[in-house]
Amino acid sequence: MADKHVDEISGVETTGHEWDGIRELNNPMPRWWVYTFYATIIWSIGYMVVYPAVPLLTDATKGVIGYSSRAELSAELADAKTAQAGNLEKIAASSLDQIIADPQLHQFAVAAGASAFKGNCAPGPGSGAAGSAGFPHLNDDDRLWGGKPEEIYQTVAHGIRYTGDDDTRVSEMPSFAEILQPEEIKQTAAYVVSLTGTPSDAALVEPGKALFEANCASCHGADAKGNREFGAPDLADALWLNGDSEQAIVAQMKAPKHGVMPAWLPRLGDTTVKQLAVFVHSLGGGE
Amino acid sequence: MSILDKHATLERNATLLLVGSLLVVSIGGIVEIAPLFYLENTIEKVEGMRPYSPLELAGRDIYVREGCYVCHSQMIRPFRDEVERYGHYSLAAESMYDHPFQWGSKRTGPDLARVGDRYSNEWHVQHMIEPRSVVPESVMPSYGFLKDTPLDVRNVAAALKANSAVGVPYTDEMIENAAADIKAQADPNADTSGVEARYPKAKLGDFDGDPQKLTEMDALVAYLQMLGTLVDFSTYDDTTGYR
Repeated sequence: MADKHVDEISGVETTGHEWDGIRELNNPMPRWWVYTFYATIIWSIGYMVVYPAVPLLTDATKGVIGYSSRAELSAELADAKTAQAGNLEKIAASSLDQIIADPQLHQFAVAAGASAFKGNCAPGPGSGAAGSAGFPHLNDDDRLWGGKPEEIYQTVAHGIRYTGDDDTRVSEMPSFAEILQPEEIKQTAAYVVSLTGTPSDAALVEPGKALFEANCASCHGADAKGNREFGAPDLADALWLNGDSEQAIVAQMKAPKHGVMPAWLPRLGDTTVKQLAVFVHSLGGGE
Repeated sequence: MSILDKHATLERNATLLLVGSLLVVSIGGIVEIAPLFYLENTIEKVEGMRPYSPLELAGRDIYVREGCYVCHSQMIRPFRDEVERYGHYSLAAESMYDHPFQWGSKRTGPDLARVGDRYSNEWHVQHMIEPRSVVPESVMPSYGFLKDTPLDVRNVAAALKANSAVGVPYTDEMIENAAADIKAQADPNADTSGVEARYPKAKLGDFDGDPQKLTEMDALVAYLQMLGTLVDFSTYDDTTGYR
């Protein structure tokens, strides 16, 4: 540069600029920094050779090792499958009863089912399967559509009132708002409450019983113990899907809620649904 | 030294520096961005993709308006943990009609790219009204007001037109029928043959639990219920597009 200037005190060359008598020392970059910088450039060239990098006309260079994130994923999934291979094949080939009878296979299916449950089902019945309003508790022995392994499998595989599956479980409680008078609905609700608790007005129970037998018993049974063929809940126990108050029962009679569960067979496949059925079966009921 | 001397000229001439910087940045941009528009594995065509139905589009607008993307991504990455939890990894083509796309790298809530068909409409409605009633550990705010807000359908045809202006292949027939389709899709008693023909795999029927009213909840649930359901992965060959 034309105006080379060396600072007298430090003996270091300056940048050559001067602002009101102030000059800037032009110290070189530290050596270690410069060499690290050169090393990164060399590394990047190596990286370009080894990994897919340079876009060409129709495709990009594949790189020496032919890396692909999708290929890596499918290799990882295949590894996972191989690690479980013996068990997965056995589950695919066995009936649910055989799985449950084989302690080692049962343990595996419960663990795998629990994991699938957390990933897919937890938002409905909850991660601990304890249920919530409108979503059933799965840890007890009170099952709407049956608690035998095959019945649980059927429910998980084909869902409940799910429009996309012809084998789905279907039932529909009619709205009694058009069938019974408001007073009669109150009486029926009082009777239902009286089975497990204390109704608001004991005088309503007697006429309610007759109404129940005429209108509700065909699905819920004369003893109100429910009928799993129709998914009709047991009303004679203390477990309630949509609330145990008289108001909740009146609301359900007037405008029945019909829970919907999707069919999981198409999404998860037979083996996973079997594992789920075994897991849910293991939670409670012991049927 | 001669080249460094020239650099001094560049540094001392603002316009020249500006033009030079622009040149350098453009080269970088062209090398990094342009190939994405023609390389075969980045513009992979996938069977089953279609533009959003008017109701789904309205639901998507509500999704964006309410800022759902702040906590929910719609991009399943090709990693084992994500694929096992959410389903098949997302394909670029699955957001080809998204303006703007809903990818993301921050999840407070779960990824929603394949939430469609996973839960019932009733579940979605209850979850919007009171998230903690179904997921006790949730920190999601309540969106119950969507159920009480009638869906504004006045500008639905214009919304389709705006999307077609940025490349979404809405046909004239779709735009003409938009106002009818948006109502028919959420009406259990309507003739939905038109909706089904124009928008295959569209979810039909009442979504929000009140067939009488067309609410924002209808639109949002209709949108959520179709997310990630258009591509049939039983016929998709993922080895063709290895990348």
